[in-house]
This record gives sequence, structure tokens and C-alpha cells, in this order.
Amino acid sequence: MIEVTVNGQKHSWDGDPALPLLWYLRDEAGLTGTKFGCGAALCGACTVHVDGEAARSCITAMSAVAGTKITTIEGLDPHGNHPVQKAWREANVPQCGYCQAGQIMQASALLQQNPHPSREEIRDTMAGNICRCGCYQRIETAVHLASTGT
Amino acid sequence: MENLIAPRIEIVSRRAILRGLGITAGLVLAAPVLSRKGMAAYATGADKMPHGTVNDPRVFVAIAPDGTVTIIAARSEMGTGIRTSLPMVVADEMEADWSRVHVRQAPGDEAKYGNQDTDGSRSTRHFLIPMRQVGAAARMMLEAAAAAQWNVPVTEVKAVNHEVVHAKTGRKLGFGALATAAAAQPVIEVSQLRLKDPKDFRYIGKGTVGIVDLHDITTGQAMYGSDTRLPNMKYAVIARPPVVGGKLVSFDAADAMKVSGVEKVMEVKAWPWPSKFQPVGGVAVIARNTGAAIMGRDALKIVWDDGPNATYDSVAYRTELEEAARKPGDVVRNNGDADAALKSADKVVVGEYYLPHLAHASMETPVATAHVADGKAEIWAPVQSPGGTREDVAKTLGIPVENVTVNVTLLGGGFGRKSKCDFALEAALLSQAIGAPVKVQWTREDDIRHDFYHTVSAERIEAGIKDGKVVAWRHRSVAPSILSTFVPGAKHEMPIELGMGFVDLPFDIANIRCENPEAAAHTRIGWFRSVSNIPHAFAVQTMVAEIAHELGRDPKDMLLELIGPARLVDLGPSVKDLWDYGEPLASYPNDTGRLRGVVELVAEKGEWNRPVPKGHGLGIAVHRSFVSYVATIVEVAVDAKGNLTIPRVDTAIDCGTFVNPERIRSQIEGAAIMGISLAKYGEVTFKDGRAVQGNFDGFQVARIGDSPMVTNVHIAPSGPDVPPSGVGEPGLPPFAPALCNAIFAATGKRVRNLPIGKQLEGA
Ligand code: FES
Ligand code: FES
Repeated sequence: MIEVTVNGQKHSWDGDPALPLLWYLRDEAGLTGTKFGCGAALCGACTVHVDGEAARSCITAMSAVAGTKITTIEGLDPHGNHPVQKAWREANVPQCGYCQAGQIMQASALLQQNPHPSREEIRDTMAGNICRCGCYQRIETAVHLASTGT
Repeated sequence: MENLIAPRIEIVSRRAILRGLGITAGLVLAAPVLSRKGMAAYATGADKMPHGTVNDPRVFVAIAPDGTVTIIAARSEMGTGIRTSLPMVVADEMEADWSRVHVRQAPGDEAKYGNQDTDGSRSTRHFLIPMRQVGAAARMMLEAAAAAQWNVPVTEVKAVNHEVVHAKTGRKLGFGALATAAAAQPVIEVSQLRLKDPKDFRYIGKGTVGIVDLHDITTGQAMYGSDTRLPNMKYAVIARPPVVGGKLVSFDAADAMKVSGVEKVMEVKAWPWPSKFQPVGGVAVIARNTGAAIMGRDALKIVWDDGPNATYDSVAYRTELEEAARKPGDVVRNNGDADAALKSADKVVVGEYYLPHLAHASMETPVATAHVADGKAEIWAPVQSPGGTREDVAKTLGIPVENVTVNVTLLGGGFGRKSKCDFALEAALLSQAIGAPVKVQWTREDDIRHDFYHTVSAERIEAGIKDGKVVAWRHRSVAPSILSTFVPGAKHEMPIELGMGFVDLPFDIANIRCENPEAAAHTRIGWFRSVSNIPHAFAVQTMVAEIAHELGRDPKDMLLELIGPARLVDLGPSVKDLWDYGEPLASYPNDTGRLRGVVELVAEKGEWNRPVPKGHGLGIAVHRSFVSYVATIVEVAVDAKGNLTIPRVDTAIDCGTFVNPERIRSQIEGAAIMGISLAKYGEVTFKDGRAVQGNFDGFQVARIGDSPMVTNVHIAPSGPDVPPSGVGEPGLPPFAPALCNAIFAATGKRVRNLPIGKQLEGA
């Protein structure tokens, strides 16, 4: 039996310990905000926080997160008003929006560790998150906005 | 920029479908059925699309007693903003307050909503007028209801921001209070509809309305195709034949069945190649969650018969295409005598260009959920063509179309891939077979290895120069056609492919000849954002820069000289079967004045003549597609190792009357990124009939570090009388040639083959 805390709630899983966290969250726990994009840590769509750090849930087995605290996009802020979420809306970032949960989780983890990243640091850290619609310019703007409030 | 409060989108659900607008008594604005033709100020190709357009407010608008206005979005949202933009048009015309508008997505039902095939950059150009008519009818009925209640002439009342006002007496009634009375108003003739004066628009053309899904997207609540969950739903992945046209011989499911969570392994029905949108068959693994299904599939042992395309090899095929481009082919346009003029030219500039297959790779892979029971099917899927999906599901299952409901979710990107409903048909077949709801999830490898690929092409252009002028132009385009996915043995580009920047070349050259030698397809070819415009624009716009270089001319001046004076291009009998995006030329002529206009606009705003640092270069390209005009200037910087970065991009677009400039900007910014993807990295190659690349390590796409430091978008201010034209696709074709022309300016290295890959190393 694997116990994890997801968005402050206790969960337990007695199925396959090799199951990637992504599919546990989406299919077993019904938290579909976390997205599948590649299944191979190449796109960042599945990014969640494990004990506060950004992690690719598609390659993270349930056995590896036993006893951890996981935050998904649904739990980032009770009202959806995390500074990064607000900045994303302010800058009208999304096109199709599919990649954006992963982008927001990655950006919020970045700002947690580095509250005022430079443009290069933003580009470096966000490099693992693909947006096929091409919202990168606005992603950069929004991360900057969230870090400075302007 | 101020954002208005975005209304919440109603999530598509069975409940939403059953509670159709027209059956909720008291909420519905019962307005007349208006004639399809309506009062459009210009004709469009909409009437030639299946089911045309509908402008009946009863179909699209409902007003609740509390004043909430519900507006139906019938086109699919894949990132263009259309499910905001068209309802916003209705709201503006009816004077609804956007913060009290609720948008609801329509299921696939073209008889009711008009054409829903969200493709070809058509939504705004076909539906702007019908949606304005819907809004105007609703407004006038509300006004008539208020006038009747106050017993004053209707000319004395006016709808303003969600209420109707009688200025003389200061009386006001809200839309909610008027809804029932408005419903009883008599028929309004189409000829009596008064559209708003564009100067009174509150939302149209302003760019102040955020997309309706903005809040849901940023909080993980937005519902994509992948997010459907139904009671007792099973999760499936499918192992498909690795070669198009291949067949399943046998499979061993023993190890797959041992994977925890796997419940069933079964064959999927296959259709023979060319299979159109039908499934290609294979073996499905059905499980309690997607992860288990994927692990089960990994454990399958399958024997395939690879069939007739087993030898498809991109290296050999490229040679075949390039050789074909060096020989004459079907003449698809002829003016004057290009062959003779080339012979007598002082100099002939020859360019040979090659562009490979591309995968769509939308971030949301194909995915669909189906529940088939009691002779009925309900589908939840991210489809661009819900009407077509509905018909195909009915045909595939052998049930009447009325028994099929297709719920359209948000699309996590589409780019043409999700016009093909094979994934929904797979889900329907599996659900029918196991008697439970099934979600079929494609992995990224499935997506890249079983796509309906962008074609692969060799383009060859010869330009004859005499006395410093271009007097002859012979262009051969060789590429397997989309038609091959539908018709066995199709070997020539169709008019819709030829018309995309090839035979419609708007250059002022006396002798022009376009030829299309044959090319057989060995994989599934489909349409990808901007389709054949990609290779055609790349060849033509690179060639212009090559000629400029030969003649020692400025590339922008050369471009304007070749376009020639402002005129409406009349191809006359030089082209048989001219296809112009399905639009009548009277409304959408090929206007070189507008083409010149975007070149001049981008040159001015993009500071074409600005000095750039060493190692930097500027490139320019222009292209008309989807009846819009787009010109792009790219500044590139290439370092000593051949790594390129893009300090600045400027794009000018003339898309006629525009509805949502903020979303036009985002589409153009995105087109630059997709242009970078296909120019720098994009390539699917085949070996032994199999797609070599399978995920984002092999099929690379642009990441944030590839992104331009800034993309400036300049929207040409066209008057309200110019019909709207495409936005979703036209930004893409000029990007790659502008980039490669910039690379030449920076390095002297001419890129004629895409992707750029390692070509700049040591440049
Ligand atoms: S789905 Fe996990 S990184 Fe792409
Ligand atoms: S917004 Fe569509 S993939 Fe990022």
C-alpha cells in the first residue's frame, strides 16, 4: 500500500507500484488537470510538485512518491489565484491551453526557488516545457510579471 | 490592456446535451428562422460547404430570467480563440454585456448549426455575418418587446448594454425581464435586420475580451478530449501496424494480460489502405487506467505483415522526387512560353528545394471516449469536424446518424490532425465490442508514427533573366497528394493543393509555367496547418531572394518588382480548375495591392533597412494564403558554431475586417514558433516503411530557448467593407523562407533544404 498526500488529502494506492504518478492522478484520482504529452520527460505537460519541487509525473513511479506531498495544478492555490496563475491571465498566455498546467507548475516551482529569475534563467528552467501553439513569448512575460508584480 | 471578466464556459456533458436550448421553456428567445443567404454584404464560399451557415437566433441564443445570455459556440476551439470570438460577435450585435454571457459548446449537428468543420481558417470569414445577424435579430426582438410593453414606437427605444432604454422617459428594462415577451415577437424579415454601425462596436475589433476558457485553463479545470471520465469507463491503447497498408498476422497477449490492471486484449477492425479516416486496425489493450494499458501494450508480441509500403525509405524517395522535378510534368499553369524565354535568357537562376514530412504533434495527442449502447453512440472528443465525425461514427457502427451524439471538448491543439476522426472511430468500435465506455488514448509515439503527415516535396524553380529583369519562371512542384489517403493510386496534387501558393503566383512575369510531375504516396498524407503553402512559399520566396542576390538588388525591392503594380491577378485560362480557398474571387480577389501593402507595412514597422550587428541578418518573405496577406521580416543571429537565435520578428497581416486583434497576435506569434520548429528541426523520415522518429527527442519542436526575443505583429487596418479572411494558418508559410533568407544575409549560406538541422555548422 502506497500512501501519498495530494493537494493536502491523503491517498492510498494498492495497485501496481510501477504505475506512473501521472496516470494515478488522472485516471485513478480523477485529477485531470495534469496532462500527458510525451510519457518520457521530454515535454513537461505532466509537471507537478513533489515535496515542493517540480517533477515529471509521467516517469515518476508511484513507488517513488510514497510518503511525499504532491501538489497538482488543482491544488496550487485554493482560488486559482497563485501569482503565476494571475500573471498567466494578465498576459493572456494560453492558446489551446493544454500545456499550460505544466508550464504554470514549472514556473511556480522556479519562482519558489528563485523569486527574481533573469531572462536566461527563465528560458533555462522553462526549456523542458513544450508549447506546440507557441506561447513562449507570453510565458516569458508572465513569469517575469509574476516575479516582479509588474 | 484591460481584460473584461470572462464568462465561465459550460463544460460539455450529457446533461448539457439533453438540456438543449430550444426545449427549456421560458428561456428561449423565439425568433424567426432567417434565410440562409441573409443580408451579407459580400458572398463567401460558406454556401458551398456542407450545411452552409445558420443565422437563426433560436439556435444560438437563450436569455434566462436573471438576464444571463447563453450563446452557442459551434466551431471547435483548438487555440485560435474562436469559441470566444464568434460568441463575442453575437454579444456585441445584441448589446449583451459580455460579463453576463455564458458560452456553451454545440455538439456535432450541422443541420442545426451550419458547417462545423473547423479547418481552412474559415470560421471568421464564413460566420462573421451570420453571427452578426443572429445578434441583430436578438437585439431587435428585445427592442420590439420593450416598445410594446411601453406602448411607444420601436424607433424610440434602443438596446444598450444588456437593457433596453426609452430615452424620452428614462425607462429601462433588462434583457432578463424582456426575454419572454421578446420570444413572442413576430418574425423579422432578413431585409429588416439592422446591423450595428461598426463605429458602435464594443467588442468586435477591440481585443479587450479574454478567452472564455482562460480561468479554467490556468486552474486545471478546462476539459480537453483527454479529460473525459465516465462511470465504468475503460482505458485503451492500441498497437497499430507500423507500416501504412500493413496487417495484423497474429498476436500473443499472455504477457500483456499479466500486467496489473490489464483487463482485455483484442483485435481492432482494420480498413484497407487507403483507409481515409477509418482506423488502420491493430491490437487494443484495455485496462483500468492508461498507464496499465501502455505497460500491457509493451508486453504484447505481435506479428505484422508490412504490406506494399514496407520499402518506403526517405533517402531513396527524396532522390526520386528531386529527379522528377528535373523533368517535365503535368502543366497546371501556363502563360506565354516559359521554355523559350528560359532558352533565350541572359542568365537562368535555378533553385532546388526539399521539404520533408512533418508530424502535427499537437500537445494533446489524439484521444477519444465513446459509449456505445442500445444502438446509440455518444462520443466525447477533441475533433475539428464534429459533423463529419458524427457521420463517420454512424457509418462505422452501422447505426443511424440521429443515434450518434458527438460532444466537442476543448482541443489541445489541432493543426489539421484532429480533422481526421480515426481516433474517435477506434473508441466507438471498442466500446461497441466490450459494452462499456472506452477512452482510447494515443501515446506520443502513436501520434508521430501514425499521423496523417504533411506531404514531402521537391520544388524546382528556374528563373530566366534578360536585361536585368525576370522574364521567365518555371516552377515544378512534386509531392504526394492528400488525395492518396482517399483514392488508390492518386499521384498528382489536387486543385486545392496547387492553389496554395503555386499556380496562384501573383508575379508580374510574362512567361510563367507551373508543372506537377507525379509522385506516389507510401504513407498517409493529410493536411497540416497551411498545407501545401509551406513548400510552395518556401520555394518561391527563397527564389526571390536568390534572384535579388544574383542581380545585386535589395530583396524587398526585388520582391515588390516581381509582384508588380497593384492589380487584381486574373489568371484567366492559364489555370484549369483554379481553387481559391473555396471563395468567390469577387469577394476575395488575389489583390497585389494588398500584397504590396503588407510588404511595405512590415518593411516600415520592421525597420527593414536597419543596421544589424555582425553575424546577424535580415530576411523578408510575403505570402497570400487563406485569402489573407502576410509578410514577415526575421532577424537572425548565427554564432561561430552555427547556432542560430532570433532577436526579432516582425509580421504584418492583412486579414480584412478583424474581430479579435489580440487573438490575431497570438496566432501570429504562434506561427513564428511553428515556423521555427519546421525550419530548424521538423522532419519525419521513413525507413523500412516505418516512421523513424517517435517522440520529442527525435521529432524536435521549438522550445522557449528557440523563441524570438520579440515578435511584433502589425495588423493592416482595413476598412469594415473588406471581408474577413484567414488568421490561423496564413502566418506560417512566409516564416521559414524569411528565416532562411536572413540566414543567407548573416552568413552567405543558402538553405534550400529543410530542416536546417546541422547545415550551418562551419558556415
Ligand atoms: S508527459 Fe511527462 S514530460 Fe511529457
Ligand atoms: S497553449 Fe497549446 S500547447 Fe501550449
